[in-house]
Amino acid sequence: MAVAPTPAERFIQGILPENPVYRQLLGLCPTLAVTNGLQAALTMAGAVAFVLFCANIVTSTIRHLLKPHLRIVIFTLIIATFVTITDRFLAAYMYGMSKLLGPYIPLIIVNCIIICRCEVCASRQSVFAAGADALGQATGFALALVSIAAVRELLGSGMLFSVQVLPESWPNWVIMILPPGAFMTLGLLVGAVNWFEQRRSEQAESERG
Amino acid sequence: MSMKPLHPMEPIEPGKLERLKRNYLVQAWLVLMLALFFGAALAGVHLELAPKIAANKTNETYVKIPEIILGSELAEELAQQGEALIVEPHTVAVEKEQRRIVYTIYEASYPDGKLAGWVAKSSGQGYADKIELLIGFTPSVDTLTGIFVLDQKETPGLGNKIITLDWRQQFSNLKTLQPIEVTKGGASDPNQVDAITGATISSRSVTGIVNNAVADLRGPLTAMANARGK
Repeated sequence: MAVAPTPAERFIQGILPENPVYRQLLGLCPTLAVTNGLQAALTMAGAVAFVLFCANIVTSTIRHLLKPHLRIVIFTLIIATFVTITDRFLAAYMYGMSKLLGPYIPLIIVNCIIICRCEVCASRQSVFAAGADALGQATGFALALVSIAAVRELLGSGMLFSVQVLPESWPNWVIMILPPGAFMTLGLLVGAVNWFEQRRSEQAESERG
Repeated sequence: MSMKPLHPMEPIEPGKLERLKRNYLVQAWLVLMLALFFGAALAGVHLELAPKIAANKTNETYVKIPEIILGSELAEELAQQGEALIVEPHTVAVEKEQRRIVYTIYEASYPDGKLAGWVAKSSGQGYADKIELLIGFTPSVDTLTGIFVLDQKETPGLGNKIITLDWRQQFSNLKTLQPIEVTKGGASDPNQVDAITGATISSRSVTGIVNNAVADLRGPLTAMANARGK
């Protein structure tokens, strides 16, 4: 069996080489749904980071007590608890954002990035590795959301963080704010990442050969 | 020659400890403990944050009342003149099928004291979770001025369209004397609203909440309006 990655490796892997959105194509529902503006995208990324970190830490702490056939129930229970806390916290302290994101915050419960990290890393490795893994994956997720949201907000409304950036004469491409814009942006960016990745591995190959 | 019947192997009687270990509840001890612990933690979070969330909703209610009663254009005009509606909260209890339902009612008046309208807060079960609505009435309570969705968790892209102005606007100027009906494919009668495509249940839920509130409150509100007129 391969040696388990170290905490540092887990952290680095999550950001680009195993980016949850661009490389694993996980968590696409929020990626498509809340990336029409940077503020919403960052709030979602923060909420997912909090839930992912807490769920990984708790799962790793109790990993020796897990029974194989009951582990998924326990993962779901842990995730649902932290999602509910996040949802209530946003409703109390960021009410406008909470209304804007609406059901997408409770839907973090079914975000497969989190349960995937519990299964792949936290239920097998130390608390330290699980924490580093959560931070890496959360950073990767935030990067993905922010990159997609930046393209969509800029082209769709000429703004970044609700501040006008492009000249007023820019004809706002409304389609970028609408769902088709999300699919197109995600598709093009995934394609671009794949292209770079392929070029990089070809280069590495030729250097070795 | 007949076949010898097959005898299943006699199961070995498991010991008491083994039986206990196989018990579902014993196997699930961690799930149960975590559920209890997390349940308590969530109750704590709720106790701490619920008043804050309720205050946020009340704030939003007060901000939205002019828009619900006057429409966004008139509300903006009033705000530009530096004037605001004077809003006074009341509670109205209605006895229905041996249950007591308490509504929060907001009475809105112009700065000169003239009654501008009423806003009632009501809620009911939606497709996914509870839907909370604000429902606006004209001073005489015979017409709806509009509705606003305070809280909902309907399906994104389908049911959550109940929050859009386009859909909500259908409720403006509906008469309160007869119940509102939901139709698919083009509202033609005066008291009909179009269902959202793919979200008939959410559309019916909102309409049902409005109909219930209208049925419960038309009497009490008319009485309050008359009492004011004297």
